[in-house]
Amino acid sequence: MSSYSITEPSVRQKWVAGSLVIAYAVITLLPLVWILTTGFKSPVDAIAYPPKVMFEPSLEGYVNLFTTRTRVSPEQLQALPPPATWYEEIVRNRDMVIAGPSRYGERFLNSVIIGFGSTFLSVFLGTLAAYAFSRFKVPLKDDLLFFILSTRMMPPIAVAIPIFLMFRTLGLSDTHLGMILLYTAVNISLAVWLLKGFIDEIPREYEEAALIDGYTRFQAFYKVVLPQAATGIASTAIFCLIFSWNEYAFAVLLTSGTAQTAPPFIPTIIGVGGQDWPAVAAGATLFLVPVMVFTILLRKHLLRGITFGAVRK
Amino acid sequence: MADMPIDRIAKATPPSFARKIRGLSDRTIAWLFVAPTIFLLLAVNIFPLIWTINLSFTDFRANRPTREVEYIGLRNYERILTDGDIWLTMQATAHFLFWTIFLQVLIGFTLAWLINRKFKGNDLWTTLIVLPMMLSPAVVGNFWTFLYQPQIGLFNYGISFLTGIDPSSFQMIGDVALAPWAIVIVDTWMWTPFVMLICLAGLRSIPDYIYEAAEIDRASKWRQFWTITIPMVLPFLMLAILFRGIENFKMFDLVVQLTGGGPGSVTELTSINLKREAFEKWRTGYASAYAIILFVTVFGLASIYVKALNKVKER
Repeated sequence: MSSYSITEPSVRQKWVAGSLVIAYAVITLLPLVWILTTGFKSPVDAIAYPPKVMFEPSLEGYVNLFTTRTRVSPEQLQALPPPATWYEEIVRNRDMVIAGPSRYGERFLNSVIIGFGSTFLSVFLGTLAAYAFSRFKVPLKDDLLFFILSTRMMPPIAVAIPIFLMFRTLGLSDTHLGMILLYTAVNISLAVWLLKGFIDEIPREYEEAALIDGYTRFQAFYKVVLPQAATGIASTAIFCLIFSWNEYAFAVLLTSGTAQTAPPFIPTIIGVGGQDWPAVAAGATLFLVPVMVFTILLRKHLLRGITFGAVRK
Repeated sequence: MADMPIDRIAKATPPSFARKIRGLSDRTIAWLFVAPTIFLLLAVNIFPLIWTINLSFTDFRANRPTREVEYIGLRNYERILTDGDIWLTMQATAHFLFWTIFLQVLIGFTLAWLINRKFKGNDLWTTLIVLPMMLSPAVVGNFWTFLYQPQIGLFNYGISFLTGIDPSSFQMIGDVALAPWAIVIVDTWMWTPFVMLICLAGLRSIPDYIYEAAEIDRASKWRQFWTITIPMVLPFLMLAILFRGIENFKMFDLVVQLTGGGPGSVTELTSINLKREAFEKWRTGYASAYAIILFVTVFGLASIYVKALNKVKER
C-alpha cells in the first residue's frame, strides 16, 4: 500500500485515535497493575485511604502466601532465639511465628501437572484427528466436526452433575488423572478445530511428493506434515494450557484435597478478619504472569485461537 | 531434490496408486487417528449427557446414593417451568447478557475502529489491551471484590475522583441495585478486547480499493461508514456476539467469585442457580432436568442465530 493512498488516515486522525486507545489501555490495565503492586504492599498500605500509589515495598504478602503462621504472646516471642532468616523476621514483626508451609505451592504444582498433562493429551489426540479430518474422506465428517464443537455449548455445571457421579463410581474424584482426562475432553474440540485449520493450510503436494519418494502415509505425516505444522501445534498447545490453567467450575466442584488447582484456592487465602489482600495479590501475580507472557508470545495467533479458527486473518 | 530419471517416473505415477501399494491404507489411518478423540468425547460428554437425561426423570439425590430412586416422569420439568424463582434467574441472566453484549460491542467496535487508524505502535497497545481476557476469571473476579470495596477500593476511589461522590457512600457488590451492574462492568472490562479483536479482523478484511472507489464517487465519510464499513464488519460482529452470548449464558466463575449470586439472588445467573440446586440442595434429578432445559435453550438459540449469520454472510 502506498503512503499516498487517499484512504490513509491523516496525521491528526492518527494522533487522536492513538491517544484514545492508549487512554483506554491505561485504564483497563489499572486493575492488573493493582494486583502486581498490592502483592508488594504491607497489609496497612494495601487498605489505606486514599489508595496508595507510592509505598514502601514489602515481601510480607509473599511470605504470608507461602506460610501458615500462629500468633504468640510477647513473652513467648521474647523467649525464642532470634530469627534465622529474613522471612522469619517479617513474621515475628507481626507477633507471629511460622507454623509451616501453606498449600499454595501444592496447588500451583497441581495446576502445572494438570495443565501440562491435559495439554499434551489434547494436542496429541487433536493433531491425529485434525490430520484425518483435513486429509481423508471421513464418513459424516461435517457432523462429527459439529458434534466436537457442540460439546462446548453445554454449561460446565450441567455436565458436572453426571461427571461428578461417574468420577465417584470410577474412583477418579479429586485425582490428577481424572482432571487431566476431563480437561482433555473439554480442550480437544478447540484443538481439533484449530489444528485442522493449520493443517489445511499446508499444501497437500508436500505429502504427495513424499509418498512418491517412498514414504508411507504415516512417515509422511510424521516427517513432513508435523514439522510444517509446528507453529500451529505450539500455539494450539498454549491455548489449551491457558484454558486448563484458568478453569474454575470443574475444579471447584470435583476437587478438594489432593488435586485442587490454584484458581479455587487463591480466593480462599484469608488473614486476620477477611481476605489477606497482599497475599491474595501475590498468589494471583505468580499465577497470572505466566499467562501474560504466553499471551504476548501468541499475539499473532490470538484471534484464531479465541474464535476456534473461525477468523484466521 | 535432484531430478533423476527415477524421480520423474515416480512423479508420473498417480498418487492414488502409490498410496494403495504400501503400508496401512488411508482408511485405516483415518479411523485410527479419529477414534481416540471420538471415544473420549463419547465417554466424557455424550455418556454423561445421556445419563443426565435419564436422571432428569427421577428424584435422585446424589448425597443419598443408597436411597431408592423413583421415576417421576416429567414432573421435574413441570416444576422448573412453573417456578417463579427460576424466571427471576432468567431475568438476571437476560439483563447480564444484554448489557454485557451491548457494551462490549459498542466499546469493542469503537476501539477496533480507532486502532485501524493505524497509528504508530498500535500493535503493542492492542496486545496490552487483550491481556485481561486471557486471565483466570475466578482469580481476577476475586480481586475485583477488593477493587469494589467502599472507600479503600480502587474502583470506588476512581468514581469519587471523577464525580465527587463519597467513595464510602456506595457498595457495588453489596447493593441490590448496583450488584447487577458490578458484574456487567467486570465482564465488560474482561471481554471487550475479544469483540475488539474480531472487529479489527473485520475492518482489516475490507480492501482499500472499495473506499478509494467511494472516494472517487464523492461519497461522504459518514456514508462510507454506513454503506461500506458496517455491512462488511457485520458478519464478524455477529460471530463475536454468538461467542459472547454462549459464553455468558454459561457464565459461572467470574460472577460466583464477585457476588456469589447475591445480594439476595439479584445476580444469581442460571449457572449459579443450577450449581445451588445440584451441589448445595443436592436435588440431582431436578438439577438434571434444569441442565437439559438450559442446554436445549442454548443449542436452539445458537442454531437459529447461526442460520441468521449465514444469511448475512451470503449477502
